[in-house]
Amino acid sequence: MSLYTYAAPSQFYRLAGQLTPWFAWSAALLTGVGLYVSFFVAPTDFQQSEAYRIIFIHVPAAWMSMFIYLVMAFWGAIGLAFNTRLSFMMSRALAPTGAMFTVVALWTGAAWGKPMWGAWWVWDARLTSELILLFLYAGIMALWASIDDVRRGDRAGALLTLIGAINIPIIYFSVKWWNTLHQGSTINLTKAPSMAQTMLIGMLLLAVAAWFYTIAVAFIRVRRLILERERQTEWAKDILAKEA
Amino acid sequence: MHRFLLAVLRRDLTLAARRRGDWLIAQFFFVIVASLFPLGVGPEPEMLARIGPGVLWVAATLASLLSLARLFEDDHRDGSLEHMVLSPEPTVLLVLGKALAHWLIYCIPLLLIAPILGIQFNLPPDAILVLEFSLLLGTPILSLLGAVGAALTLGLRGGGVLLTLLILPLYIPALIFGAGAVDGVMAGTGAEAHLSLLGAFMMLSLMIAPWIAASALRVSLE
Repeated sequence: MSLYTYAAPSQFYRLAGQLTPWFAWSAALLTGVGLYVSFFVAPTDFQQSEAYRIIFIHVPAAWMSMFIYLVMAFWGAIGLAFNTRLSFMMSRALAPTGAMFTVVALWTGAAWGKPMWGAWWVWDARLTSELILLFLYAGIMALWASIDDVRRGDRAGALLTLIGAINIPIIYFSVKWWNTLHQGSTINLTKAPSMAQTMLIGMLLLAVAAWFYTIAVAFIRVRRLILERERQTEWAKDILAKEA
Repeated sequence: MHRFLLAVLRRDLTLAARRRGDWLIAQFFFVIVASLFPLGVGPEPEMLARIGPGVLWVAATLASLLSLARLFEDDHRDGSLEHMVLSPEPTVLLVLGKALAHWLIYCIPLLLIAPILGIQFNLPPDAILVLEFSLLLGTPILSLLGAVGAALTLGLRGGGVLLTLLILPLYIPALIFGAGAVDGVMAGTGAEAHLSLLGAFMMLSLMIAPWIAASALRVSLE
């Protein structure tokens, strides 16, 4: 049995159903531990005092907002290239969560910006490009919503996702390319992070939690999409009959 | 191959020449939107010069969007679009020809009107020159990316509004660099950096947008 077996919606429906509880419970557990470490164990920052703790939510949300978009673009490209139905469904299942994390990143950023910069919002490169990301999510979901034909909607959405993907490197590197008010990244793969160990652990725990949460809700959503689209097949009819 | 491109171009130009009403609406829209700002924010010359470049760029963006919704729509309705896509000629050239025609019909007139509006906004002559140059470099981006949006939303209910939602976020870099170039020359920091980036963005759109728009057109016509 190869991995490609799960490209069949019926197989993937079962696999996703088995995996969802694992990811959901891990996400809940990691969120609990992560929040405890972030808010009770991690030391107070000597410059920003307690307000800095918003980054424990802000940074994972911002990471996920960009990462989910890239995954959507990836599935869109796979779907366009290999004509796999499931890839498009994955892309659709991810979009609402991506938009949610973008809103969380912008919101927490504003809440942090008020005490630190003295402004809820500044039009610097990173904030603006993150806002554009939210618009892109909104545009893609609006396009899906207004195309009734599933096949056309899938493809049109994937093309739009791909063309918007150019924005992701712009967001990510904006703090390097432009002299922005938003600070540079704190965590770096090549050098030691410029933060205390416990702070880093708290942030990474919450990042993994956000990641697992995304997988769990995307699986739940993709299962409903599979059922909706396969409703004329026998196995889907069986499941729907049991649920009804 | 270039004969097909020229044929598409000539056809769209002829059609536009026979329907001057559509053409005039877009130009008047540009003038009216730009004229609303002095009325809305007040007529102080310093402030108008400050906001002028951005306002003119935003107005140009919206004016080009207004006409983009119809880029493929008329040909789609009478069925000629399907025949052009089914023809052995590459769809990429069809899209490129239509985007080029859109640029010549709707964006070049904006370039001619912009200096007059620039004077109304109290822009100095060198800023108007840079504004012209930035519009010359930037408006092809509007036509090219707009072709992608027009192809994606072809024949959808509420396609025009949806097109706006899809395409305006993609226009933002052009707007930032285009208006930034004029701001740069007025602030004395020079416009070269912004114009270079705008040119790079234009080349990038030229390389990518026709292909994506051609795929989108095929998806929409399936």
